[in-house]
Amino acid sequence: MPHRAAPHEAFADPASVRGAASRSTATTTTGNSACTVEFEAIGRTFAPATTRGATALPPVLRDISLTVRPGEVLAILGTSGCGKSTLLRIAGGLDSPTIGQVRIDGSPVAGIDPRCAVGFQEPRLLPWRNVTENVALGLPRGTPRAAGRARVAELIELVGLAAFAGHRPQAISGGMAQRASLARALARNPGVLLLDEPFGALDALTRLKMQDLLLDVHAQAPTTVLLVTHDVDEALQLADRIILLGRPDNDTRAGATIVQELTVPGARPRDRGSAELAELRGRLLAGLGIDRHGEARGLAATSTIPAFPY
Amino acid sequence: MTETVPRTLPRTLPRTSARTVPDATAFAASAPAARTARAPRRPLASRGWIALGGGAVLPVLILAAWQLTTALGVFTMAQLPSPAMVWQAGVDLFASGLLGQYAAISTQRVLIGFAVGAALGIALGALVGLSRAADVLFAPTLGAIRAVPSLAWVPLLILWLKIGEESKLTLIAIGAFFPVYTTVSAALRHVDRQLVEAGRAFGLRRARLFTAVQLPAVIPAVVSGLRLALAQAWLFLVAAELIASSMGLGFLLIDSQNNGRIDRILLAIILLAILGKLTDAAVGLFERWANRKWA
Repeated sequence: MPHRAAPHEAFADPASVRGAASRSTATTTTGNSACTVEFEAIGRTFAPATTRGATALPPVLRDISLTVRPGEVLAILGTSGCGKSTLLRIAGGLDSPTIGQVRIDGSPVAGIDPRCAVGFQEPRLLPWRNVTENVALGLPRGTPRAAGRARVAELIELVGLAAFAGHRPQAISGGMAQRASLARALARNPGVLLLDEPFGALDALTRLKMQDLLLDVHAQAPTTVLLVTHDVDEALQLADRIILLGRPDNDTRAGATIVQELTVPGARPRDRGSAELAELRGRLLAGLGIDRHGEARGLAATSTIPAFPY
Repeated sequence: MTETVPRTLPRTLPRTSARTVPDATAFAASAPAARTARAPRRPLASRGWIALGGGAVLPVLILAAWQLTTALGVFTMAQLPSPAMVWQAGVDLFASGLLGQYAAISTQRVLIGFAVGAALGIALGALVGLSRAADVLFAPTLGAIRAVPSLAWVPLLILWLKIGEESKLTLIAIGAFFPVYTTVSAALRHVDRQLVEAGRAFGLRRARLFTAVQLPAVIPAVVSGLRLALAQAWLFLVAAELIASSMGLGFLLIDSQNNGRIDRILLAIILLAILGKLTDAAVGLFERWANRKWA
């Protein structure tokens, strides 16, 4: 039982969530070991919605080749609609590439892959099941009943929902539902954890706490994580490496590809206020087409301290 | 420990709200201890005995108006007999054993026809709702059959199945089939795609996907379809019994019309209203239970 008062649980400081995480470290069952994910020249073109006058639509994704190392956290950044989620869905077998293929630990992905678990942007919990039953949905098939129950209880404790294990999704908040959704994905003992803007719908504070929770979970069981996000700060905080999807400046071909790839310096958890990260942030934002509003006024691009008058 | 707190959140929240409620909502709704100390006041109109009593107000008023107009002689006895005469007609018929027999046979026909029609409706509705091929194959034909007015079936059914129980049960089953078929197939087609995809992403396929995600998601719709079907079954019962029968409440109606027994006509109408309402209330209780469990 968590020692903190339940209603304030939603606003618990990250330290206590982290406390819950570290407490259960000893009993964590070892799952799939982290997998390598290789994208080999992935391209994806969607069929037109109507067959009448059907000319092939331009590709959404093209020429995406990338290797994600086991245990690595890779953030996929990009503007809205650039195909980030499509790439993630292809990795999990929820969608298939038009050309190219994805290999997980060397074997190609065909259909929904049991080595992957997905955390969606929405919690997508079954409304008629309580939190425990929803998390249990993630257990791999053939898990012995007692072991499954223990694993579910452990995960619910890990995400700090022990006091709400018996509640239906509609009786808990959005942040709690998203944590339950994360626990469900972890219940699968995934070799690859695919997260599709998992914290995008949460309020700013809850999002920061969820990021810390994810870091704790990853530190405990270092699975490979592919994280789709449009939040540059989130990517910098969580990822080992960031790829930026988009169209290169001098390229008129349609379809997004990898335009930037950068390794984030420093070990996690990172200082949210670090100047180094702020500089990377500016570069990534520029890559996303956001004006930094600095150079025009003659401010040095490396300085992140605003000079007055602006 | 205040674990009971979130239970005070309204259970009738729309299903989608869980997604959009930020953490702060649960917090704000549950934080003040004073609000959890006593149960919130329920509105007057939702209390059990008020709801029951309120529902009886109108029937009592109608009865009073009926009694008044007949006592004042506004209508002749042949137009509108008094409540006491209808009551007496009921007592007489009951004493002869006919009333019990008629009510029983009519209820039996409704229940059997409803069971058969609803079962077929669920089966075909599931098939059409889940399979694109079955949808293409069956949906247009079933839609056309649905468009046939109920009375149009009667001559054909009598010729084919004779004036026995089968023709009546078939007609009632036809009546009960369509509400169930329509709601089940439509509900299955509109199961939240995101939930189905989540189920698939966690390795559920075919039968397991159906029992874990699709079936629970449509249960509230299925139950409301069943409720409509039951009402439809009573409708088709009277259609069947009016035309070809020797027993039942519909027969009582047509027989009394031929004999000029307006008191018995009123009796039959009142009995149909009561029986229909009782069976509907039974399904309504089931619906409430199902909604609590699945919605």
